[in-house]
Amino acid sequence: MHIDEAAPAGRMTQWRQRLNEAWDSDLAYSFRGSPMAMISALILLIVALTAILAPVIAVQNPYDLTQLFLDKAELPPIWVEGGEVPYLLGTDVQGRDVLSAILYGSRISLLIGFASVMASMAIGISVGLICGFAGGYVDNILMRVGDFVLSIPTLLVAILVSALFRELLPVNLRDSFAPLILMASIAITSWVQYARIVRASAMVEARKEYVLAAKILEVRTTRILLTHILPNVMTPVLVTATLSLGLAILSEATLSFLGVGMPVTQPSLGTLIRIGNQYFFSGSWWVVLFPAFQLGLIILAVNLLGDWLRDALNPKLQ
Amino acid sequence: MISMVLKRVGNAVAVMIAVAFVAFMIFQFLGDPVQLMLNEQASQAERDALRIRLGLDQNFVMQFVTFITRVVQGDFGISYRNQQEVMSLIAERFPATLELVLVSTIIALSIGIPLGVYAAIRKGSPVARLLTIFSMIGVSIPSFVIGILLILVFAVQLNWLPAFGRGEIVHFGSWTTGLLTPSGRQALIMPAMSLALFQISFIMRLVTAEMLEVLRADYIKFARARGLPNRLVHFRHALRNCLMPVVTMTGMMIGDLIAFALVTETVFQWPGMGQLFVQAVMFIDMPVMAAYLMIVSAIFVTINTIVDLIYLWVDPRLRQAGVARGYHAH
Repeated sequence: MHIDEAAPAGRMTQWRQRLNEAWDSDLAYSFRGSPMAMISALILLIVALTAILAPVIAVQNPYDLTQLFLDKAELPPIWVEGGEVPYLLGTDVQGRDVLSAILYGSRISLLIGFASVMASMAIGISVGLICGFAGGYVDNILMRVGDFVLSIPTLLVAILVSALFRELLPVNLRDSFAPLILMASIAITSWVQYARIVRASAMVEARKEYVLAAKILEVRTTRILLTHILPNVMTPVLVTATLSLGLAILSEATLSFLGVGMPVTQPSLGTLIRIGNQYFFSGSWWVVLFPAFQLGLIILAVNLLGDWLRDALNPKLQ
Repeated sequence: MISMVLKRVGNAVAVMIAVAFVAFMIFQFLGDPVQLMLNEQASQAERDALRIRLGLDQNFVMQFVTFITRVVQGDFGISYRNQQEVMSLIAERFPATLELVLVSTIIALSIGIPLGVYAAIRKGSPVARLLTIFSMIGVSIPSFVIGILLILVFAVQLNWLPAFGRGEIVHFGSWTTGLLTPSGRQALIMPAMSLALFQISFIMRLVTAEMLEVLRADYIKFARARGLPNRLVHFRHALRNCLMPVVTMTGMMIGDLIAFALVTETVFQWPGMGQLFVQAVMFIDMPVMAAYLMIVSAIFVTINTIVDLIYLWVDPRLRQAGVARGYHAH
């Protein structure tokens, strides 16, 4: 009874203490002093929330053909003459509400962006740890593979991987596997930088005495790697991850724009721009302009945040 | 020194063989060329004859050797889509891509360097801050979005510039250029600008960062103490020492740009080899895809190797084995 009462209170103070610590940390201090970082974070928060809540906010589900009306096709945005409520940003040739399509599209773009950064981080960290710790010919081979990946233009590799994976799949599965294919093709081209960072740090750490001590105590190698070495290399890895999130979203959009990414039935922002690109000569500029604006805004906000994080965590600049 | 040079060149050759192997594997895994080349009524004897003629009866290693021998001789096979020789298809379109890439590099250097210098020497002023924000926007907005915006404004709304194509071109033997005709130059403006915008921003950020670093150096303080005018300090002493990384990055970026031009070429329907590649990807036209991969990689690897060698030549510290490379993106 006594313990039951004390535990929640203890947890509360612990929480409060943690919050206080977080608020007082160097990082938070730097964040509060940088309006650029705060605005970017706010924009990203809004974009992420509206994307997650798309099924609730959007006036129509752009994937559901029964909700599209052809007589409402190519309506301009609401402030232009001919615009209709509730299609705030107008509709495309199929009667799809542009704003709803953007919300759903941002969802896909963000999801693939995050997923591919996570995937390349996972590959990169594993390869880096193995190389740094094992050394020898394993290290040599894996790093040569990395050099090779970097010696061909990444966009080209991503397009080829994406196109070939699609070709290898049966036609009826292509659309449902599109996000996975995109994720793989972006991850394959971007794991090397994580591997290099982690490898360099792991090599330094592996020679230190605490690792030797752990080895003598017969701690398992995976445990040494994950609990002792990995935490020491996480800061540069996270900075790289934030900076490459923008690049991942950009790559996804570029592949979808070129037609080797998300299909028309599940459009990401890149696909929406591709669709809109076919129609703006007939005057419906809103179909292409708003998705393009949203995409630019997301990448810009991510990059600004990444830049801030890099400077804030850089000990040389403090 | 010689061993270092040989090592770099050897690395480049190894990478190219690996690229060729990847291209070769694409053929191995996807589609049987015999089936693609003959019609369905062909007899087994005809199939076998073609198989032998194409060298497909040989073992894997021999096939790869044959493949490389052909590629080195510039024989990339026949396009599945339009039955033309891949090499002549690409050669026909190469000038358009190179022209686009070179013009946008020149634009990027002539705008990026002055803006970068300005942002560094007037650090903190409103204009410099604005430039920094613009450069951030420039590296963030996808080039195809820039292209579409340019078309919307200058072609659709204002009707000043053509939205697609290359305009009138002049032939010099097998080379073509649009730079000599008014319509060719007009058609080049928007594609070149949209391809250059990322580079302008990138070079500007690079120059600013380098200048800020150099301006803190002792020899700059000494130059100021000698009473040299700002102009001389900034341009003769500081800028000169920033140019090496700029030259390196520009060199390495040209390879990237040739690959990236395929996006711009798609937006503006620019008849370059990038557009050819994107069309080939849509039709899974393997010989064209493989040839483009190998040619662009060869250009990329050659440029990177040359940049590396120039570095070895310029910076004696790198000639000792085991010293990390200086200023490199990767």
